[in-house]
Amino acid sequence: MGQSVTRRVVFPNRILPYLLLAPQLAIVFVFFYWPAGQALFQSVMRQDPFGTRTTFVWFENFKMVLGDPSYLGAVRTTVLSSAAIILLAMSAGLLLAVTADKPIRGAGVYKTLLLWPYAVAPAVAAALWLFIFHPSIGILGRALNQMGLRWDYHLNGAQALFLIILASSWKQVSYNFIFFLAGLQSIPRSVVEAAAVDGAGGRQRFWKVVFPLLSPTTFFLLVVNLIYAFIDTFGVIHSLTRGGPGKATETLVYKVYVDGVINLDLGGSSAQSVILLLVVITVTALQFRFVERRVHY
Amino acid sequence: MREAVLPRVETAAPARMRWRPTQWLAHLILIVGVATFAFPVYMAVIGSTHDAPTIARGEMPLTPGPYAIDNYRQAWTSGQGERVKASPVSRMMLNSLVMALVIASGKIAVSIISAFAVAFFHFPLRMFFFWMIFITLMLPVEVRIIPTYKVVSDLGLINTFAGLTIPLVASATGTLIFRQFFLTVPDELVDAAKVDGAGPLRFFWSILLPLSSTTVAALFIILFVYGWNQYLWPLLITTAREMDTIVIGITKMIGSAEAQTDWQIIMATSVLAMLPPVAVVILMQRWFVKGLTETEK
Repeated sequence: MGQSVTRRVVFPNRILPYLLLAPQLAIVFVFFYWPAGQALFQSVMRQDPFGTRTTFVWFENFKMVLGDPSYLGAVRTTVLSSAAIILLAMSAGLLLAVTADKPIRGAGVYKTLLLWPYAVAPAVAAALWLFIFHPSIGILGRALNQMGLRWDYHLNGAQALFLIILASSWKQVSYNFIFFLAGLQSIPRSVVEAAAVDGAGGRQRFWKVVFPLLSPTTFFLLVVNLIYAFIDTFGVIHSLTRGGPGKATETLVYKVYVDGVINLDLGGSSAQSVILLLVVITVTALQFRFVERRVHY
Repeated sequence: MREAVLPRVETAAPARMRWRPTQWLAHLILIVGVATFAFPVYMAVIGSTHDAPTIARGEMPLTPGPYAIDNYRQAWTSGQGERVKASPVSRMMLNSLVMALVIASGKIAVSIISAFAVAFFHFPLRMFFFWMIFITLMLPVEVRIIPTYKVVSDLGLINTFAGLTIPLVASATGTLIFRQFFLTVPDELVDAAKVDGAGPLRFFWSILLPLSSTTVAALFIILFVYGWNQYLWPLLITTAREMDTIVIGITKMIGSAEAQTDWQIIMATSVLAMLPPVAVVILMQRWFVKGLTETEK
């Protein structure tokens, strides 16, 4: 985004550019801006129970949402699961990338065998891990029960959340692996060799030289993983627990869906959408400030 | 001086590849990573080769059973078991394939001509339109669920492929990437085309499009996976069973995840659902990695 370069040589046509932009602008207006405007509008309106009258209620919906203990519960679940997913998926990705970057036999084969889970849908990842951790038929679920651990994600909220974190991180590790590996390969060997010549050991070389040089990649991945953990875990939750048991695995995005689509609470769901929108805008803006900086490097 | 030494050090690396302790550790870490990725898929494959009673009793061995052909045939042609009632997997795969192909090619088509307009013409409101497309990055479906659903339903597009795909065809990322690439095309090339009497469309078709082929290929892989793995949107837009995509179909098959359900069908379906996107990523690995790491930033 950084440079607002404009070409010197352009075509003189007057109408053609508008025609070329028309398809995308039409989609963007009809399916993005109009609905987003509607969400904004509905977030300050309230419908009576029969859906016959809507009244303007200022920030009542927001007050209700923010005062609702189950919303605060969803905030907690989201923060907790996001932190766990980001930590797990990023540290595993970094460890694998650092290892695969070493000059070892079969590095190419390992790389291929480590990048495919990127292509697995979150909901399919959920199905796979469910089959393993099912309390009565799953191989590990049964083993846990035989050890006397009372494993049942249907009943135990913490266990359900664990399963969601596991399935979501498993799928995301390879994405982080790909980016960390690309980041590592773009670090000039001479810098690392220089540190070695100066007597820095392997660990010191990594933490004092490589890791700081990797920080643009790390920050980029932090943002992408945050958005993934916020938004794309919907598929995992919907196919694994539907937010249960109770509301133990209900994240912010899942709650918008439940309140809007299942409970048909238009005002409340819209207010939640607007709050979520603010979060997404903040995160994306952060990301682009960072991209801007990178471009100037 | 250090720089001069470098090439020797690097070519010397393969010779140093002996089985030293650090090498063992590297292989161990990578093998554990590969195994953790492969384990759930292996269990799914095994699960798809046994019959329902074996799995329900919790007695499934770690080796393949004799029912592979029966299970896959049953999933592919009927999608129905004792408990599971879904569309045939062949039908759901076709739905997913159509959705993924239309979304991927639609996004590329719509965004490449938008980028062409923004990069090669001067016209009023040019940057306004560009920003209008760009800002949609901050408006994921998840923050405007109900109003977007309402628009699609008002247009009569519920349970149609048009409703499933068109709203997802806008692409801020695609437009951004193509624009960045177009800005690097030298002015001389445009001038030469003009001198030879080529109009804008001829220039686009005969010069710009061939130049963009690598970018198009890389984007296509990423967008195909994106389209195939869609979850929330098909969940909202398709209610008819014959419109189910394969990813949604798996969730419906799982239901409340009873021990007694047709796990062999669910696992066969999961394996089939993973195949196309994973195959695309592995077979087109080089383009995929390049596309991912160079386009997403």
